[in-house]
Amino acid sequence: MSTEEATITDEERLHQRFESTVEHDQRVEPRDWMPEGYRKTLVRQIAQHAHSEIIGMQPEGNWLTRAPSLRRKAILLAKVQDEAGHGLYLYSAAETLGVERSDLTEKLVARRQKYSSIFNYPALTFADIGVIGWLVDGAAIVNQVPLCRCSYGPYARAMIRICKEESFHQRQGYELLLTMMHGSEQQRRDVQDAVDRWWWPSLMMFGPPDGDSPNTQQSMAWGIKRHTNDQLRQKFVDMTVPQAEVLGVTLPDSGLSYNAEREHYEFSEPDWEEFHRVLAGEGPCNTQRVERRRAAHEGGSWVREAAAAHAAKQAERGRAAV
Amino acid sequence: MSTASGTGENDRDATGGVERPSTAWPLFEVFVRGKRGLNHVHVGSLHAADEEMALHNARNLYTRRNEGVSIWVVRAADITASSPDEKDPFFAPNGDKVYRHPTFYEIPDDVPHI
Repeated sequence: MSTEEATITDEERLHQRFESTVEHDQRVEPRDWMPEGYRKTLVRQIAQHAHSEIIGMQPEGNWLTRAPSLRRKAILLAKVQDEAGHGLYLYSAAETLGVERSDLTEKLVARRQKYSSIFNYPALTFADIGVIGWLVDGAAIVNQVPLCRCSYGPYARAMIRICKEESFHQRQGYELLLTMMHGSEQQRRDVQDAVDRWWWPSLMMFGPPDGDSPNTQQSMAWGIKRHTNDQLRQKFVDMTVPQAEVLGVTLPDSGLSYNAEREHYEFSEPDWEEFHRVLAGEGPCNTQRVERRRAAHEGGSWVREAAAAHAAKQAERGRAAV
Repeated sequence: MSTASGTGENDRDATGGVERPSTAWPLFEVFVRGKRGLNHVHVGSLHAADEEMALHNARNLYTRRNEGVSIWVVRAADITASSPDEKDPFFAPNGDKVYRHPTFYEIPDDVPHI
């Protein structure tokens, strides 16, 4: 047998082992052999997810200094800090696939990697903070819970951590809205207005319809994804409609109705043209979000350099002392 | 044993990858003891300029909700890990030592407490 033939056989054997791991619902770990497509898909998805958490700090961070009470300010600060933490868990998971966090950040600020298009919408009033927690974090939970069983170990473990914390995010948002709905007429109007603006972008968070989502089948075969976009979107609508009723707000969809036979809510199609426009960079805040991230990254470079220089000097002294 | 160092969580050949600028912070692996009586468990990684900063960052990143009573940080480059490709020979010696397990020994049913 020639060396070349032996190599092919080795590769096949590795491939079989990978397939069998995924098929038996076991986890793939960083040092395991994996197909290049699997690795690339994961890097793209985890990086996009991490970027979303980091960019996601901006719409809410905008309200930190204007929170109406110390209680709301402390809650919002903790939530924004969580988003930073979630971004870092995810960068850590991505780095197990052989990429560098600094490279991913460079790609984000150069707009070569994407983040969830939901964060390209502005948070106009404090009611938006409640609606972001309720709808945006609610949709994120529906998306993320199945990822806790993702076939790639480090990603699944990061998701378990994130999901535990995400529940606080959604509940604080809903509680904030309940408080506002028991407040003044103006506050109730603000809540309804925020719901009207965030409802459709929240539905778009699950991605394009199944027929228009070419990567879904492969991702499901690899055990990265467990449900299709449309399945998750339906689940979110079914969960959210009763919550809206308790809150006393109207969801802005005249096509919304319960189908007793299907035991699901019927709802209208989001405006997919808008989705593609925002994704292509034409949303209300795309430029602002990326430029803000770039400014923070570049503005912080002297801190990173100074800390590295300090560490090097300390290490040098340590060696001299020995 | 693997020639490249790393925990297996963040394993990259230190010489094979793209050379990092000297200002890049090294990668640390983080282990947290959840409560007294438990082992430290690997929870993830982070970047920091040195050990002290790694410890502070680990506290802020991995224990925001009382998840731990003690943290270890260690440079990822200082960890030596077994490699999955050597899985069979490396762990094979266990395979034929069934007498290390209690179920290997047959004891009559009527012997109590054993």
